[in-house]
Amino acid sequence: MQRRVIFDNKLLPYLLLAPQVAVTLVFFIWPAAQAIWQSVHIQDAFGLRSEFVWFENFQVVLSDPNYVGTVKTTAIFSVAVTALSLGVALLLAVLADSKIKGARAYKTLLIWPYALAPAVAAVLWMFIFNPEIGSLGRLLNRLGYDWDYRLNGDQALTMVVLAASWKQVSYNFIFFLAGLQAIPRSVMEAASIDGAGPARRFWSITFPLLSPTTFFLLVVDMVYAFFETFGTIHALTQGGPGKATETLIFRVYQDGVVNNDLGGSSAQSVILMVIVIALTAVQFRFVERKVHYA
Amino acid sequence: MTTLSQSGGRRLIDLVPHIVLIVGVLIFAFPIYVTLIGSTWDSATIGRGNLPLTPGGEALVNYGQAWSESHGARASYTPVRVMLLNSLVMALTIALGKIAISIISAYAVAFFRFPFRMAFFWMIFITLMLPVEVRIIPTYKVVADLGLIDSYAGLTIPLIASATATLLFRQFFLTIPDELVEAAKIDGAGALRFFVDVVLPLSKTNIAALFVILFIYGWNQYLWPLLITNSADMETIVIGITKMIGTGEAANDWNLIMATTVLAMLPPIAVVVLMQRWFVKGLVDSEK
Repeated sequence: MQRRVIFDNKLLPYLLLAPQVAVTLVFFIWPAAQAIWQSVHIQDAFGLRSEFVWFENFQVVLSDPNYVGTVKTTAIFSVAVTALSLGVALLLAVLADSKIKGARAYKTLLIWPYALAPAVAAVLWMFIFNPEIGSLGRLLNRLGYDWDYRLNGDQALTMVVLAASWKQVSYNFIFFLAGLQAIPRSVMEAASIDGAGPARRFWSITFPLLSPTTFFLLVVDMVYAFFETFGTIHALTQGGPGKATETLIFRVYQDGVVNNDLGGSSAQSVILMVIVIALTAVQFRFVERKVHYA
Repeated sequence: MTTLSQSGGRRLIDLVPHIVLIVGVLIFAFPIYVTLIGSTWDSATIGRGNLPLTPGGEALVNYGQAWSESHGARASYTPVRVMLLNSLVMALTIALGKIAISIISAYAVAFFRFPFRMAFFWMIFITLMLPVEVRIIPTYKVVADLGLIDSYAGLTIPLIASATATLLFRQFFLTIPDELVEAAKIDGAGALRFFVDVVLPLSKTNIAALFVILFIYGWNQYLWPLLITNSADMETIVIGITKMIGTGEAANDWNLIMATTVLAMLPPIAVVVLMQRWFVKGLVDSEK
């Protein structure tokens, strides 16, 4: 798309684009190309020579049972975070959108967690569920439930899922609210007059009309769970105990930064890039079509 | 239940949404409340796990110590005032930098016709698919080669390109009526004059909205500052908290950690609450 009336300087547009293009080339395109290059090379122990090895790095990564385990953990983690934060947000948004007293106050009180960093959210949860200093963590133990997410893998995964979802609810809530406000009141009133109860109105009007929003949030939440939750996991469990909470992004960091395995880490980065590109492509395809299956 | 009158039953049902919403609000507020309370007690009380639900008397001591001293009872830390300043510089540079370079590149793409226009546009668009997390190691290497480790430039510039902001501004620029541009041209205004006198003032709301989103994005950065900053002087506050916690033993300076956490949350929460109207608009617009 292009405007009809335009300015006709020759040099100016390039100057205006220069800063953005420079940053993009130096810090986006070049490193991404490097990652791809490194992912098909192996460096010798001194980093002096590198050899082209086709897809050997990928083979090594993908056949590593630890990596497969990490993929599984990531899948469970991201599906759980997405489902939980979407479900809770939808429930709260539908309630806050109905004509009840204090709707504005509820909204304000529910959107501010958006401001918290994932790592800070994790720290807040730790203050409460730490088995030594956290009130609820201690309570669980006193009730006879053996609670220590630092030792028990399943409990650790539960902790990071809850902390990561807790932070994401407000984001989903804001979008659901915007989506709900776009539904014409007249449709709801007509359904009411025809005798449809609240549940019926929700499932046959609200939910289908919200589907573009839901779908959009589904993708955003997946991306959030894949990448932004690095802070949650780093602050809370460091991927442990064992590898119980190690997600793909945490492993890239672990292999690349801590273990200094460039080829393997780059191959993992490339795999992540493919995932993001696929998610983005899916998102744009569906957003273009403005799905609602009504 | 049979003793309830019709209207009594109604009222009970009407209460359910309120109860659910209040429970929701409490679930979000409770951890913050605990942290606030914790920041007013001494570390021994917190370490024993006996934190009361009412404020203690150590608030001034804790906040004073966290703010300006570089060591607690058990370990030494970067003072909060240093970390807050670093976070503030990082968040402001990222937010304002992103807005500045996006608005001018969107202006170029929307108001000019020149060779490779769409190629540039797509190049910017691609950055959407390369979040810093997936290119982390090679980007780190580039920054290291440029000698930007432990500098504000290294902390901020690699995060400053923004496809979303560029797309948002471009979309908005396409709605500026042609007549306005024509009138400006007849009056003899050039492209830069038009940008400063017409486009910038018209974009005020969009800029405010984006600022809120991007400030929070910048403030909450984690993986990137974790890699780029080594020296204590460059530590940002979100990283600082997790470094203070370490492995999370009971013998930590929990009072200082909680006071630091409160101070780390205040600026972004203040921005969201004070600029709520723009924030919601910005969020919903920029992601569409």
